[in-house]
Amino acid sequence: MTAGERRKLGLGLAFVSPWLLGFAVFTIYPVVASLYFSFCDYDVLTKPVWIGLLNYQDMVSDHVFWQSVGNTLLFNLLALPLGLVAALALALLLNQPVRFRGAFRAIYYLPSLVPAVAGAMVWLWILNGRLGLLNRALFALGVNHPPQWLLDPDWTKPSLALVSLWACGNSVVIYLAALQGVPRSLLEAAMIDGASAWDRLRHVTLPAISPVIYFNLLVGIIGGLQVFSSAFVMMGGGGPERSVLFYAIYIYQNAFEYRHMGYASAMAWILGLLILVLTWLASRASRRLVHYQTD
Amino acid sequence: MRLITRLLVYLLLAVGAVLFLLPLAWMALTALKPLDQTMSSSLLVLPRRFEATLAGVRQEVRPGDLVSAPSIWGRLPGARQPVVLPAGSVSAGAWHPGHGPAIPVETVKIIPATATAPWREIIDLTGENRDVIPATAITSTVSFRWENFPRAIAAMRHFPRYFANTLLLCVLNVVGTVLSSSFVAYGFSRLQWRGREPMFGLLLATMMIPFPVVMVPLYTLFRWLGWVGTLQPLWVGSLFATAFNVFLLRQFFRTIPPDLAEAARIDGCSEFRIYWQIILPLCRPALVVVALFTFLGAWNDFLGPLIYLTDERDFTLALGLEAMKTSQSGATEWHYLMAASTVVIIPVVLLFLAAQRSFIEGVALTGSKF
Repeated sequence: MTAGERRKLGLGLAFVSPWLLGFAVFTIYPVVASLYFSFCDYDVLTKPVWIGLLNYQDMVSDHVFWQSVGNTLLFNLLALPLGLVAALALALLLNQPVRFRGAFRAIYYLPSLVPAVAGAMVWLWILNGRLGLLNRALFALGVNHPPQWLLDPDWTKPSLALVSLWACGNSVVIYLAALQGVPRSLLEAAMIDGASAWDRLRHVTLPAISPVIYFNLLVGIIGGLQVFSSAFVMMGGGGPERSVLFYAIYIYQNAFEYRHMGYASAMAWILGLLILVLTWLASRASRRLVHYQTD
Repeated sequence: MRLITRLLVYLLLAVGAVLFLLPLAWMALTALKPLDQTMSSSLLVLPRRFEATLAGVRQEVRPGDLVSAPSIWGRLPGARQPVVLPAGSVSAGAWHPGHGPAIPVETVKIIPATATAPWREIIDLTGENRDVIPATAITSTVSFRWENFPRAIAAMRHFPRYFANTLLLCVLNVVGTVLSSSFVAYGFSRLQWRGREPMFGLLLATMMIPFPVVMVPLYTLFRWLGWVGTLQPLWVGSLFATAFNVFLLRQFFRTIPPDLAEAARIDGCSEFRIYWQIILPLCRPALVVVALFTFLGAWNDFLGPLIYLTDERDFTLALGLEAMKTSQSGATEWHYLMAASTVVIIPVVLLFLAAQRSFIEGVALTGSKF
């Protein structure tokens, strides 16, 4: 390395040093420590005691663990496709030549800014079995026995999916921006060739915005596996029959309520690995399904 | 576009807009109602104030059940309040229930069969006094209960502290993140050095690490530092740049042509001055986006305060709101909960209205730069 190169390296490192320091303290150390804790019996108050794979073995036989896995997967299978389709549909509508586009976009986006706790309060009230707005409306429509949304274990996950649907505005804005970037020439060419609106959507628009769909899906999966606040605030420690005891809630309970820090770390590591695998699978699938424009 | 399609698009957009706004409207409406009107089964009605003469005084009353005519409003032995009895079941100073012996009743008022308008029970606000009067004698006006807001704030103990704590965290996080992330982004975009790209890849990779993985060791680290129960764990991290913001700012910094900085360098300007006096002012829109999202993140954060704040007096607004819900025993005071939620949401709405363009552009940017 020449003196000039060395000077440049020093300067570069100086500028990124805040991140490097933070990376060491807030990323490397916790990731390594968490792996270590996952092999320990650890309650914070006393020193961690090495117990080998016991935490991981306990996980296999812990039916609450499996319930939290099932809850999380089921909720995401419901909420993710619903959110994706709704956001895309709203964005497609907004992409039509309409007036007040800005106002509509603002209205759809606003709920996604609402603090999770405040949003949870509002939905707690709306989904209240007897007095909630939703059931009042259903009563008015002649439904005599509307679901007890937050008390019936069959309905708690759809209820939370509704809450997350309400906050899909972020994706709407991202989709709309992508839609406005779809080359007009392509759509016009397809039109001249006699392609129907559906064909244009299927063969021109969707492929053109597929990188953004992929992005939203990835962000959705990573966030969805860590879903915590609304379920925690609305239904406390897991809801009726633990039906919304999500993975992240169970980690939180183990860490800060039962003080099973080792077990919580082991669960967190499994989550990390799962996200890694899913991201890898998604990136592989994207090579076939996602169309990156090259020009 | 054909007219029918056009109409359909507007219709769907309007229905969607109503559905998206309805929860917030319902929240605000509930926040402005008296408690008993939150319990009524009606759909969307405005809060009202009912007035009538009760015990000789014109005052605000709560309307009770409708009374069908003819009826007797009478006091049963030992009862503090009279009750409504069907006229046919009362004769000779006694009430004859369908089964069992007759019970003496002191007739207080007779609702005659000739009554044309319906009668209604009314109760004063203390619940002590009742009466039955023709419904036409009750006046009803729309009246928003703004006093719910100060009362809800009072019910949320230590509200001024929650507000101050939240605001402090927002400011510290915004200042820390904007300064550190832009500084680091400068190193990753405007300077050429060996190992830059692999290190930037590392930075991007950290975005994939889920929070739970680092949650426990961070807690033990902050506990070791003696910071659990203080605000420090909730903002110190912002001084060390966050991967996502570095990424966002780097994309922006790269769009600035190198000529300006080159000229400054030839004039003997230090890299720090180029960063501070040339690049930062040029990138103000991107910095605003980072500041806005950081502010919101700090304002909305729930899990962080939940883990680190132990004393109720040190809570943030989000945590205080949650505590208010859990502290309510018995019947939930929905009007106060909704008023408190409104108070927590309003600053976010105002911020959005003030900086709508930056928000929308910022969000659109996160998707397109991927």
